[in-house]
This record gives sequence, structure tokens and C-alpha cells, in this order.
Amino acid sequence: MSDQADGGSSHRPSNDGALALALDGPTAPPRVNGELVFDTPWQSRAFAVTAALADRELLSWSVFQEALIAQVAAADRSGVDTGTPNGYWGCWLDALGTVTDTTGLVATSHWSARCEELADRLPGHDH
Amino acid sequence: MSHDHDHDHDHDRHHHPRPTDPAIRVEAIASLLIEAGLIDEARIDAVIERYETDIGPLNGAKVVARAWVDPDYRQRLLSDGTAAIAELGFGGAQGEKMVVVENTDQVHNLVVCTLCSCYPWPVLGLPPSWYKSPEYRARAVREPRAVLREFGTELADDVEVRVWDSSAEIRYLVLPQRPAGIEDLPEQELAAHVGRDAMIGVRMAGSDQIGANS
Repeated sequence: MSDQADGGSSHRPSNDGALALALDGPTAPPRVNGELVFDTPWQSRAFAVTAALADRELLSWSVFQEALIAQVAAADRSGVDTGTPNGYWGCWLDALGTVTDTTGLVATSHWSARCEELADRLPGHDH
Repeated sequence: MSHDHDHDHDHDRHHHPRPTDPAIRVEAIASLLIEAGLIDEARIDAVIERYETDIGPLNGAKVVARAWVDPDYRQRLLSDGTAAIAELGFGGAQGEKMVVVENTDQVHNLVVCTLCSCYPWPVLGLPPSWYKSPEYRARAVREPRAVLREFGTELADDVEVRVWDSSAEIRYLVLPQRPAGIEDLPEQELAAHVGRDAMIGVRMAGSDQIGANS
């Protein structure tokens, strides 16, 4: 497995999810001895939703990577520990929201509204 | 499910998740994408499945299949696992130093990481959940035959069980025995008979189910 190499075709999404994972640098996912670290199911689900979109070429890994870099940088500036699974996958989720909004797949306003609906609909969720 | 999100919320709403809860946010975006017909639950599950069982284990299976059909490659694999695996294009982070141990009629090998979950990621992908469980890590050393039995692997009493402790420095891969009855299959088809569990050593090749999510 290697770092993503998208060259000049930044608008041609890779359909190989494995290539999308940076192994080094600030956007490398949390790993322990070779495995991705997911503390909770929402983290692996955020990853899987992203990879599923990439598989269908609805999302470009290179564009996503740029969004993830921006989210990690912003989180670092605000004091979030992006070295933890919670911090890192939170950035991942934010990047997913950014990319799906800019590509027109899911408007941020619709996402927010659905969050409100689910929060109201699921009392006791995760407690 | 664990209690994972921040606790800075109003405890009068203790039993009501906040819209900013990441679990809520993931479900929200997933539900919108599913409703739009862009993805579906099966595809999401398939991604997780692929990362847990397919990407890496398929690489390892190719290594095993090559060793089954090519005696010279088998020798190279057993004498320098890292180099022989690299011949097939696999290697890199978490697989820098690979040692391959061969199952025979006299010896059965089992791999564990007693300290954590060191695992040959480039050839086996993400480890199964049980591999890093404290129970497996302890029992694989203390009572390997009992562990093997629970995986459905019954060994004759005269078969020696060797347990290998993977570490950050050395990671082990089991070269399982080729199952009877598939001697004439081409290399590519043989790989389909090599599952992740056989390369950890908890099952025999051909008896494990590739894609099983344990």
C-alpha cells in the first residue's frame, strides 16, 4: 500500500480505497501496528461512507484529502487533539461534509436539519 | 455502544443526544446519501468487510498460492520472507520484516501478538477483532490446542504446535498446507482457498471462510 498518487488527474477519483490512506503526515489515520484505529462505530462508519462514495466515483480521494488537510489544520489551531481517534475521525467527518456539500451530494443545511431530526427522534441514543 | 462523545452538554438533556454528536452526524449524512440512492447499507458494510478481510489477506493468499506451486519460491519464502513477499509487490509499513513459518504433517504454527496486535498488515490487512483480544493473546500461548479447537482446528496429538509472537520488529505469516483435492488448480484459483485465518494459523487452508468478519 502506498500513499495516494493522483498526479495531475485531481478530478478523476481513484476507485481504490486502499490508496487513499496517507501513511505519513498529519492526515495519516490513527493506526496501531498496521491497523486503523476506530474507537467507536461512528468512526468506522464515517470512513466506510467516504470509501463507498469513492468506490462509486462520486467523491475524489484527492479532493477529500485536501478537505481533510484543512480540517486537521483548523482543528489543530483550535486545540483539538487530532492525534486521537476521536479528534482525527471528527476531522474526517467534517471533511466528508465539506466535500459532499461542495459537490452537491448533500447540502450542509440538509445535513444539519437531518441531525436535528435524528437527535429528536432518538432519545437515549448512545447513552 | 460506548459512551463516546463530549460531556459538555446540558445534563438536563442527558437522555437526548445533541445534533452535534458525531454518531448522529454520521447517521444523518449516511441516511441522506442512502435516500438519494448514492450509496446503500450493503456498500457501506462491504467497505468495512473489505478493509477487515479482503485487501490484505488476498495479498497473503497470493503469496501462499505461489509457494504451493513453485518449490523454488517456497524455499525463498521460508529463508527470507520479506524478500520473497516483496517479489510479488507486497511489503512496506508494518511488514518490513516478515518471517514465514510452514505447517507440515508434524508441525502446526500459530501466530499471536502477546503484547498488543502486531500483524503483517501488507499481506493480511486489518486484523480480526479477536486477534487483539486479551483472551486470544493470553490463551494462544497458554492453551493453543484449546484455542485451535474453538476455531474448528483439531490436531493429532503427535503434531507439535509452535506459537510465534509477532512484534513490531518481526511479523509472522503461516504457510498453511495445501488442502487435498486441489492440487491441479492454477495458482490464481488456489489463492481463493487461502483465508486470513489459515495464515494466522487458527484454521487449516480451505476450512476458513474468506470474508468472515470475526
